[in-house]
Amino acid sequence: MTINGWIQVALFCATVLALVRPLGGYMTRVFKGERTLLSPTLGPVETGLYRLAGIDARSEQSWLGYGLAMLTFHALGFVALYGLLRLQDVLPLNPAGQAAVAPDLAFNTAASFVTNTNWQNYGGESTLSYLSQMLGLTHQNFLSAATGIALALALVRGFSRASARTVGSFWVDLTRCTLYVLLPICVLYTLVLVSQGIPQTLGASIQATTLEGTTQTIAVGPVASQVAIKMLGTNGGGFFNANAAHPFENPTALSNFFQMVSIFVLGAAMTNVFGRMVGDERQGWAILGAMGVLFLAGVLVTYASEAAGSSVLNGMGFTGGNMEGKELRFGIVASALFAVVTTAASCGAVNAMHDSFTALGGLIPMINMQLGEIIVGGVGAGLYGMLVFVIVAIFVAGLMVGRTPEYLGKKIESREVKMAMLAILCLPLMMLGFTALATVVAAGLAGPANAGPHGFSEILYAFTSAAANNGSAFGGLSGNTPFYNTTLAIGMLVGRFFVIIPALAIAGALAAKKTVPASAGTLPTHGGLFIGMLVGVILIVGGLTFFPSLALGPIVEHLAGTAGQTFATGG
Amino acid sequence: MLASLRPALVLFVALTAITGLAYPLAMTGLAAAIFPAKAAGSLIRRDGTIVGSSLVGQSFASPGYFHGRPSATVAADPADASKTVPAPYNASNSAGSNLGPTSAALAERVKGDLDVLRAENPGAMVPVDLVTASGSGLDPDLSPEAALFQVPRVARARGVSADRVRDLVAEQVEGRTFGLLGEPRVNVLALNLALDARLRQ
Repeated sequence: MTINGWIQVALFCATVLALVRPLGGYMTRVFKGERTLLSPTLGPVETGLYRLAGIDARSEQSWLGYGLAMLTFHALGFVALYGLLRLQDVLPLNPAGQAAVAPDLAFNTAASFVTNTNWQNYGGESTLSYLSQMLGLTHQNFLSAATGIALALALVRGFSRASARTVGSFWVDLTRCTLYVLLPICVLYTLVLVSQGIPQTLGASIQATTLEGTTQTIAVGPVASQVAIKMLGTNGGGFFNANAAHPFENPTALSNFFQMVSIFVLGAAMTNVFGRMVGDERQGWAILGAMGVLFLAGVLVTYASEAAGSSVLNGMGFTGGNMEGKELRFGIVASALFAVVTTAASCGAVNAMHDSFTALGGLIPMINMQLGEIIVGGVGAGLYGMLVFVIVAIFVAGLMVGRTPEYLGKKIESREVKMAMLAILCLPLMMLGFTALATVVAAGLAGPANAGPHGFSEILYAFTSAAANNGSAFGGLSGNTPFYNTTLAIGMLVGRFFVIIPALAIAGALAAKKTVPASAGTLPTHGGLFIGMLVGVILIVGGLTFFPSLALGPIVEHLAGTAGQTFATGG
Repeated sequence: MLASLRPALVLFVALTAITGLAYPLAMTGLAAAIFPAKAAGSLIRRDGTIVGSSLVGQSFASPGYFHGRPSATVAADPADASKTVPAPYNASNSAGSNLGPTSAALAERVKGDLDVLRAENPGAMVPVDLVTASGSGLDPDLSPEAALFQVPRVARARGVSADRVRDLVAEQVEGRTFGLLGEPRVNVLALNLALDARLRQ
C-alpha cells in the first residue's frame, strides 16, 4: 500500500460525499413533482407521455397496485428483450453479422438485464449486434435502474406518510426518474467519456495492419452511451467481454475515476433523498455512515491483499503486487477500489478480473454481495435493502429493552419484521442452494476453470452475484451452458422480485400506520450508537449465514496459498 | 393487471424509443461532431494505412520492438470451430486469463516467461507486469520499468546504443493524471512508432 494509493481512495470518497447533498436535493424536488431547472424543456415531454399512456399524474397506487404495475412493465421488457436477442440476425444494425442468440443464453440475458444484474454470459463484441446493445441493453439499463429508484421511493413514502393508503404512482416515478435524473446526466457523461477515448460510432470493426504486418480486427461501436448508463444505473453489463478492463470501455485513469464515482453517486444521494423526505437529513447521513464503515473496511482488506501479492508471484521473487488480470493504467489501488465499489453497489462492472484476485482480495467482493449489496447498493435497491436491515436492527434493539420497536415514528410490528426476514432469507437460499446443487451435479462441476478451492469460489461467486443482482463474475466459470444459464437466471429473478415485493408490502403497511411522537424511551436513529447497532446486525446476520461457504472457498484457498500449495486441473 | 396494460405498453414503447434509440443515436451524432477522432476509436495512421488504435495494445514478437504484457485472448480454432487457440491481443474478443492465485497453470506460465526474460537480460530485476496477463488482454501500456528492462534487447536488434533507446523510453513515459490518479506508464505502440521513426534498423 502506498500514500498515493490512499490519497486516490480519499479523493474518491470526498468526491462522492460532495455530490450527495446537491444531487439529493435535486432528486427530491423531481420526485415530489416540483419545478426544476429542466422542467421547461422536459415538462412537455413528461405530460405528453402521460396523455398518450392515459396516466393521471396525481392519482396514486396502493402498494399492491404499485407492485402489479412494476411487474407488468417488467414482463413486457423481458419478452421484448428475449425476442430482440432471438431475432437480431434478421434485424438491422448488425454490421458484424452476429447470429441469433441461443434460447438459453437469450433467457439468461433477458433475466439478467431486466433484474438490473447484467451477468455476462454473452460475449459483448463477439455475440451481440449494435441494435441488441442499444435497443435491448442500453434501454433496459435505464428502466431497471429507474425501477430500483421508484421502489425505494415507495418504501421511503411508507416511512414519511401517516395513515395513508397509497405509496405513489409507479408510472410517474419511473418516468420522472428516467427523464429528469438518468437521461440528462447520461448525455453529459457520455460526452465526457468520449473525450477520454471511448468510441461512439455505428461503423463496423476496424481492420488495422500492425507494425509487424499482421491484421488486427478492432471491435468498436456505440460504446460510450451504454457505458454511461451502465455505470450510473449500477447495471454493469459491458459492451465488451472484458467490461471496464477493456481500453475502449475505460481508457484512462480519469475515466476510471469518473466511472467509480458514477457507480456510487445516485445510490449515495438516495440516502439524502430519504433523509429529506422523512424530514430529517440526519437519518440519511446515519444510513450512509453505516454504509461507509463497511465500505472502508472492505477497501482496506482488498487493497492490502492485492498490494501484498499472490503466493505464486511472491514465491518467484516478484514485488509490486498481484497484477494478474489487472490493467497497468489502473494499477493495484484503482483496481482494488473498483472491485469493492462495484460489488458494494450492485453494479458488477469490472476493471480487473476478480477471478485472478488474491483469495482475500476476492473474498470482500463476495461478502459485499452476500450482505445484499446494501453498502450504497444498486440505485434504489441499496436503500431499500438497507432499510430492510434497519427494520431488523430496530427489532433486535426493541427486544433488548423490551418495548415495541419504532423507527421514524412508526411502530415496527410482526408483519414488517416477517416481510423483512423474507427479503433477507431469499438471498442465501438462492446463493447457497444453487451453489450446493452445482457442486454435486456433473453439469455444475463442468463449469469451473480453476481447480481446488478456487473452483468452488467460482461457483459460489456466480450464484452470489446472480441472486444479489450484481453481475460481476469470477470469469473462469463457463457459465454459458444450459445448466448455468437457467439456474443463474432463476437466481437473478428470485433475488430481485422476492426482495422487491416484501419491501413494497412493508411500504404499504408502514404508510397506513399512524405516526407516534418520539418519547424519552425512543432510540435516536441518527447517532453513532444506532450506526454501530446496524453494522453489527448486518455483520452477524450476513456472517452467520455465509461464513461456512466462505470457509470452503476463499479462506481455505488463502491458507493453502500461504503454505505454498497450488492446484492443477485434471489432477 | 389489465388496467395497467395501456400505461405499461405505451410507456414501454415510448421510453424504449427515447433511451434505446434517440439517446444512443443522438450521442453518436454529437460525439462525431465534437470528438470525431476519439469517437471513431483513436486510430493511428502511418503512410495512409491504419496501424492500430492508440488505446488498444497489439502483439509484438520481433526483438527490435518493445513487447506488451502477456495477453490471454483467444480466437476460434480454424481447424475446429468449437475449440479456441491462443491469439494474443485479439481486439475482437477481449479477455483475461482468469487464473486464480493458487493456480498451477498460472505458476507454470509465469515460470516459463520468467526464464525467457532472465535469459534475455540477465541480472536485471523482472517487473511483475511483464509476466502477468492484463484483464482485457489488450493492455496498451507497460510500466516504465518494464520498458527499460527491454532496452538492451531492442538496442541489440536495432544496432543502436542502449542510451539512445533509453532516452526514447524516457520521453514516452506518462506520469499519473494530475500527478495523482492511475499509475505511470508507457504506451507500447507509441513507443514502437517512435522507434521506427527515429531509430531505424
